Amino acid sequence: MTLIRVQAAEFDISAESKALTQERTDLGGLASFVGVVRGTASGRPISSMTLEHYPGMTERSLAAIADAACARFALQGCTLIHRVGQLLPGDQIVLVLTAAPHRQAALDGCAFLIDWLKTRAPFWKKETFTDGSEAWVDARESDDDAAARWGQFG
Amino acid sequence: MRILYFAWLRERVGTGEEDLPLPAGITDVAGLIVWMQERGPGFAAAFGQARLVRCAVNQDFATPDTKLQDSDEVAFFPPVTGG
Repeated sequence: MTLIRVQAAEFDISAESKALTQERTDLGGLASFVGVVRGTASGRPISSMTLEHYPGMTERSLAAIADAACARFALQGCTLIHRVGQLLPGDQIVLVLTAAPHRQAALDGCAFLIDWLKTRAPFWKKETFTDGSEAWVDARESDDDAAARWGQFG
Repeated sequence: MRILYFAWLRERVGTGEEDLPLPAGITDVAGLIVWMQERGPGFAAAFGQARLVRCAVNQDFATPDTKLQDSDEVAFFPPVTGG
């Protein structure tokens, strides 16, 4: 079971975990990652972060990434929820859940998903600092490196 | 063609989307980026550093040599920063 959502609203990891695992007795482990808005950027305090995306391509990209993860790690299910719009420091941004028969597949599948999502899904972050100035977040080479350790996409 | 712009490309060109015919003589993404650079100051600012511009054609990531047709949806944006 693959669930993909792009939404402005908050998500509840407990409810999503339950939705992924309920009425199933074949699962061996559930791994999760939650991305959170940091309160500083380059040492400066931010007041908010705004996430923009490409409706349509976002969902297609997330579905392709989820399919690749399910096939590669033999996942029994995964959930990808990404928030958009204005978020505040401490807010949750992204949820990745993976279910598998054994822990290693669940953990590796979860890491693969967040690494690939950061480099292959069309989202862009803009930070608003407490002094009112704004700046688009630059892509990091370290994110490309993290994705590259899994090899070629597809 | 339907052209979409996101993030700082959208801010610099001053619009999020527009419809325009595939310019005469343009056959691929690299050619369209060069054509965009010459449309005015906002476009020059958006497309001037071509290595920072990413492109999708019909909602799939494209490369400079991806061919274009008049019926395509083409999107330009900076490197993605989600997650």
